[in-house]
Amino acid sequence: MSLTYEEVVAKYEPVLGLEVHVELNTNSKMFCGCSTIFGAEPNTQTCPVCLALPGALPTVNEKAIESTIKIGLALNCSIAPFSRFARKNYFYPDMPKNFQISQYDEPICVNGYVDVEIETDEGPKVFRIEVERVHMEEDTGKSLHVGGATGRIHGAEYSLLDYNRAGIPLVEIVTKIVPGTGKYAPEVAKAYVAELRDILRSLGVSDVKMEQGSLRCDANVSLRLIGSDVLGTRSETKNVNSLRSVERAIRGEMIRHAERLNNGERVVQETRHFQEDTGLTRSGRSKEQAEDYRYFPEPDLVPVAPDAAWIEQLRAALPERPSIHRKRLQEQWAVPDKEMSAMINADVLDVVEATVALGADPAKARSWWLGEISRIANEKDVAIKNLPISATDVAEIVALVNAGELTDKLARQVVEGVIAGEGKPSAVIAARGIKVVNDDSALMAAIERACAGQPETAQKVRDGHLPAAGALIGMVMKDTKGQADAAKVRALLLAHLGQSEG
Amino acid sequence: MIRNSASEMASKLASGEITSVGLTQAHLDQISAVDKDVHAFLHVDTQGALAQAAAVDAKRKSGEKLSPLAGVPLALKDVMTQKGIPTTCGSKILEGWRPPYDSTVVTNLKKNDIIILGKTNMDEFAMGSSTENSAYGPTHNPWDLTRIPGGSGGGSAAALAAFEAPLAIGTDTGGSIRQPAAVTGTVGVKPTYGGVSRYGLVAFSSSLDQAGPCARTVLDAALLHEAIAGHDPKDSTSINAPVPAVVAAAKSGNVKGMKIGVVKELNGDGYQKGVRARFEESLELLAAAGAEIVEVSAPNFEYALAAYYLIAPSECSSNLARFDAMRYGLRVGDNDGASAESVMNLTREVGFGREVKRRIILGTYALSSGYYDAYYGSAQKVRTLITQDFNKAFEKADVLVSPTCPTTAFKIGEKANDPLAMYLNDIATIPVNMAGIGGMSLPSGIAEEDGLPVGFQIMSPVMKDERMYSVGAALEAALHSKWGAPLLSTIPALAGSK
Repeated sequence: MSLTYEEVVAKYEPVLGLEVHVELNTNSKMFCGCSTIFGAEPNTQTCPVCLALPGALPTVNEKAIESTIKIGLALNCSIAPFSRFARKNYFYPDMPKNFQISQYDEPICVNGYVDVEIETDEGPKVFRIEVERVHMEEDTGKSLHVGGATGRIHGAEYSLLDYNRAGIPLVEIVTKIVPGTGKYAPEVAKAYVAELRDILRSLGVSDVKMEQGSLRCDANVSLRLIGSDVLGTRSETKNVNSLRSVERAIRGEMIRHAERLNNGERVVQETRHFQEDTGLTRSGRSKEQAEDYRYFPEPDLVPVAPDAAWIEQLRAALPERPSIHRKRLQEQWAVPDKEMSAMINADVLDVVEATVALGADPAKARSWWLGEISRIANEKDVAIKNLPISATDVAEIVALVNAGELTDKLARQVVEGVIAGEGKPSAVIAARGIKVVNDDSALMAAIERACAGQPETAQKVRDGHLPAAGALIGMVMKDTKGQADAAKVRALLLAHLGQSEG
Repeated sequence: MIRNSASEMASKLASGEITSVGLTQAHLDQISAVDKDVHAFLHVDTQGALAQAAAVDAKRKSGEKLSPLAGVPLALKDVMTQKGIPTTCGSKILEGWRPPYDSTVVTNLKKNDIIILGKTNMDEFAMGSSTENSAYGPTHNPWDLTRIPGGSGGGSAAALAAFEAPLAIGTDTGGSIRQPAAVTGTVGVKPTYGGVSRYGLVAFSSSLDQAGPCARTVLDAALLHEAIAGHDPKDSTSINAPVPAVVAAAKSGNVKGMKIGVVKELNGDGYQKGVRARFEESLELLAAAGAEIVEVSAPNFEYALAAYYLIAPSECSSNLARFDAMRYGLRVGDNDGASAESVMNLTREVGFGREVKRRIILGTYALSSGYYDAYYGSAQKVRTLITQDFNKAFEKADVLVSPTCPTTAFKIGEKANDPLAMYLNDIATIPVNMAGIGGMSLPSGIAEEDGLPVGFQIMSPVMKDERMYSVGAALEAALHSKWGAPLLSTIPALAGSK
């Protein structure tokens, strides 16, 4: 029996739990000095420590601890004066030590929260997501299974191991259970991950690229009958690699659970894998029999005991919360909600802000980045941030337009030139010979040529039929190769034919 | 020449009377002559040692200022990595592995121009008290080739007693330096935990393992101690403080006014008669040298052995997980279509010996969900109690003393099938590891009933290692004057020995 989402939420209440893994952007790995740069040749960024050669010992990356504390503070957590690493023991070929160094019962940050605002039927509403813990751990290596279907180990002929990723610092952010979101559960989850991403970006601690896996979300979902306070069995969906997928995966799991429950079937406690193409999840490893990781305190590392004064220093240096920052910008710029969302979705808010900071008018800055530059980015199928045009370039172009040295049309040519790699705006202007025709006598000569070329049209205008002027203006613009200011041409033309704007 | 102490060799090298190449060759010759019977070495690096010796001789010739032990040869326990030199830990699973890096101890040895002759035999992964658990066959005690040389560092201790090397490196997790020293009539020191870097020491039990010096005299041990000790940023458990002044303490050997605490619980029942007699005699000599002998009690030591056999196996079950055939060492069953999991299983089945497997199983069990609190958790509490016992005892005494082991060397094979009897050998040495303090064993004479050497143990508080050297040097001097010569001068000659 297939259910609609509305039917599901009319009967059941979803309870969420979200685990977000963040790869920190430290230069070196969590427990050794190896580089963390993404995409290097396999096994070139390894050493005795991250290959777990006999005798090698881990040492903690101080920068990773600093980043984790910053994250904890930004998520309103308490920072533990004393925390420890533990060993999580299990065998897997891409995990060199056959244990993962992670924090277990003594994490570094605990008891925080994140508020997210979403649009509901009753208007904007704030949901508080409570954070249970933020802890540090190390990433595993990567297995590449060759010869099987879709890169899975099952049926593969052989596997290749790349340990470049082994030991990259990871931070795991775990929420408490999140009840009370009702039908908004998928949107709340998406908003939470988006908010986390923005916070992490503002802290500068991670690249937060979901598509590269530097931000990964596991979504736990369970359902219970509305009014019940007994938790249902949960499933844990992994591989959720975009904000949209977070929403889709949770919605899909809610429907799948409800269908099973309605059919009198049990929800199996298991790991499931989200599939981007279908939006459905597929069953992974069953967690009915909990794996025994035999955690115990890592004897090779001393406890982490950050100095209280240092924590206060980090707290004082935290940037403004992105959501608050956005609200402040929106007020300052007097931008409607829709435009604000458009900038956020197009990922241009930062660059617009930078352009404004360089003196550009907010409306102009916004219209360039959201308009012409976004269009070119779409055309080229490139992220706006990867186009070779900067806030400085756009601010310069806006200033030139304001000064009357460029028309909007010419300015577009300059933008095109900069993006085409022809250099800074001034270089493009010089190289392409772009300049506004401001000389009235040259314009007047062009106007006279136009009127002489289309005497009947000119007469219509003289007779007071102003719309006819358009054709003549077009001819003038063509004559001046588009370098004239159209408004000015219109004014001069009308004056020449004895008319004025009604 | 090979019967000299390391410091005597060092002064002859400094005066130009001998060369390092000559000295190294003499030891290589002795190894060739006797090691077929002793089997102290798993690998002898003839060319490397001679090349290193030639380089030191050249440095000395050019007038370069050299460290006190420059040019003196040493035997390295096979649990320490040395770049390019086979490192097996006495296990089949690492057969053929040549580490691509030097342990910090080896880096320090090379910095001090100490010549590394080769790698010595040991119980597999340092698990054992007799060196019978080596996958490459047992080492024999030079005092009596039918007996064990102690363990796990039996190879290092036997090499000293057989004059194959004047210095050696050992590691001590529950007594693996001190117990072999005791049963071979040599000196062995476990420094304070964190005093010598563990980087490159293949881990058995990380919170207990400690590398240290092995020698034939207290002063030689002190000289080697200072050469290898010190803070190492590559080991986060390494102590960031100056190295205790152990050489000065060994040179002065002054115990006047020192309080020496006899641990009531580490004597009496279960200790061999000759062991007790030599212990009492040493106490009298120390009293005569001006020390005050007091009795102290450590009631929780009786739980030390049980707690040790939970903590050490727990840590080893995790430390030894990395031997999985994926990246180095032995690989078994890698046939067409075999899964990684089955290769791992087969390799570990074939590659590990019985004692190692026994401890991995024990440790896996002790850490399991539902058993953790009762086993690993309780053992950690015992560990705290033992540390508190030591702290209280050190309020009454500057150092503590006991026999190093309950008995002299037993016969090879005698306890091989009785792990519990084997474990009891370490009853007096284990508390030191549990508390992370320093411990030394030095020869205190011969047990009359069997003619075998007996060890005297001195324990000092954390980072007060100099105290055990003061007491050790004082006792050594008193014993030498009583005997008229070092104990090892009475060891029966080995066939072919120089």
